[in-house]
Amino acid sequence: MTTPRTSADRLGRLLNLVPYLLARPGIPVAEAAADLGVTEKQLREDLELLWVCGLPGYGPGDLIDMAFDGDRVTISHDAGIDKPLRLNPDEALALVVALRMLAETPGIGARDSIERALAKIESAAGDLADAPVAVKLPANQEKLNRVRAAVDSGKALHLTYYTPARDEITERVVDPMRMLTVGTFAYLEAWCRRSEGTRLFRIDRIDAFTQLDEPSRPPVEAVPHDVSGGVFRPGPELPLVTLRVGRGGRWITEYYPVEQVVKDSGEWLVTMRVTDLVWARRFLAGRPDVTVVGPPELVEQIRAAAHAALDQYAAP
Amino acid sequence: MNLVICLLSTRRFLTAAQIALTVPGYEHDPEDPRDHEAFQRKFERDKAELRELGVPLEIGTASIFDQEPGYRIAQREYALPDILLEPDEAAAVGIAARLWQHAGLAAAASSGLAKLRAAGVEVDPQATLGVEPVVTVDPAFGPLTSAARERRAVGFKYRVPEVDEPSARRLEPWGVVCWRGRWYVVGHDKDRDATRCFRLSRIVGDVRTTGRPGAFTPPEGADLISHVARSSGPIARNGRATVTVRHGRAAGLRRLAREVIPGEETDKLLISYGDPEWLASRIAGYGPDARVEGPPELRDAVIQQLKELVARHEPVTPAVAS
Repeated sequence: MTTPRTSADRLGRLLNLVPYLLARPGIPVAEAAADLGVTEKQLREDLELLWVCGLPGYGPGDLIDMAFDGDRVTISHDAGIDKPLRLNPDEALALVVALRMLAETPGIGARDSIERALAKIESAAGDLADAPVAVKLPANQEKLNRVRAAVDSGKALHLTYYTPARDEITERVVDPMRMLTVGTFAYLEAWCRRSEGTRLFRIDRIDAFTQLDEPSRPPVEAVPHDVSGGVFRPGPELPLVTLRVGRGGRWITEYYPVEQVVKDSGEWLVTMRVTDLVWARRFLAGRPDVTVVGPPELVEQIRAAAHAALDQYAAP
Repeated sequence: MNLVICLLSTRRFLTAAQIALTVPGYEHDPEDPRDHEAFQRKFERDKAELRELGVPLEIGTASIFDQEPGYRIAQREYALPDILLEPDEAAAVGIAARLWQHAGLAAAASSGLAKLRAAGVEVDPQATLGVEPVVTVDPAFGPLTSAARERRAVGFKYRVPEVDEPSARRLEPWGVVCWRGRWYVVGHDKDRDATRCFRLSRIVGDVRTTGRPGAFTPPEGADLISHVARSSGPIARNGRATVTVRHGRAAGLRRLAREVIPGEETDKLLISYGDPEWLASRIAGYGPDARVEGPPELRDAVIQQLKELVARHEPVTPAVAS
């Protein structure tokens, strides 16, 4: 007993299968199955079902017909199903918006191909192409293009890079792996020879770079990060800080991963992990709606630093 | 399947009874009420399935003498128009289809791609474009884009961080915008009677459609992005600050400087700025490593922020019991 859902799925698949095979006479069954994302067994079952489908009359000249040559299949009669069904609204939206995203991605290659593809998909989608979705991604196009050209060269790079967590500018040699954009920012993912690990370098924090003569050779242990859940995913080894946050500071919980939020009337008690307490000190200064509650050493550091800074301005 | 083939092949509208006589699987005795009812149920189910797949089922009568409605599928409406993609264009579509992390959109993209391949497009699964965008969408994306497409009004609860309780909003959605990696919906706010944009991540719970399709018309040629982007235009940096910093310290401030003048005990930074409060908070964060020489507006802002910082972090004896 099949559920209605899978029966509609199967009908959709069969309607697609005929024109797919029609466009590829003599394709090996295994290759078609891999390409269509079904098992070979499933594909053979679908082909058997096609055999009893056809035009009213259902005689030899009416049914869908195909020829097998060893493991290869060729459609010899399509019974009028020679073209795939047109894109439905969700499919048109998913493809059109994804192409608009690609076209907007700063530093992307082949922008010209993307725009031509978008125009053709939009024309094939007809009325549906008018997807009510607009895309504008941020861009420091010029710098991204320069970094990407360097990455495309396949050479190792020497970077001058600013790390806000430690407030330091460091020099390092990296083996580029890929470039990506996540939300507002573009990143270079590379094997960092200094830290012997895969690192994400935010493009706007690369102050300078030079191309080396040696090729980029990330070692086998260099594995890309899974960034689908965000770039900064703090681990349990990082220190926890607790903040008392007024209304005007609640945006912090939208921008940073937080461990816990206790909503006590107007004020929220927010617990988050930070890479470095000194970073937290710099970050929290000048935010009138945020008070550090703990750890105590951070509270003390903030107070001491602010006192020492004020002393500089005391009248001589 | 046979129903689709049959209805595609006919130019005349075929009634349910005519279809039952031709298409295998629908054989029944129309005189037997129970048998006939079973056929009707099956036929209704199959029609629903076709509509779900997006098969354009036309309803009409073959002649003015016919009482019964008939069915057919217009080939022109059914088929994907011819699409010829160059290899580089096909590669771009293949990459686009892999973009979505969201399960529903990912499935829609890959079934759309499957149709393109059925139309003869060859897609290289290995292709890359140098930069990969990682795209995530909020749950409200699907319902809001559908509502915008169908021009139906929606209602949802919206929570702004500064306000405690989410508020109910009623909107005629014109479209959804991705601006700097965040998603917004732009439309006519029915309660405020004005154009508003809402951030999708702040929508709490479900988006309900409230009106009938085609209930409104978005303004002609509306530039959705401009509604979202209006508030964050480029900042004019007309202020000129002079800040001294200790040797080897305050790397973040040094990066902001137009010019760094090395000195005996400290280095002097010349920084252009727009918002003095913003720069003051950066400087205050460096504590005794940085000192503003001028102008006075910046110097006063830093002193004020430092004083507040001290006041807020003064040990208060009984307040926090642990």
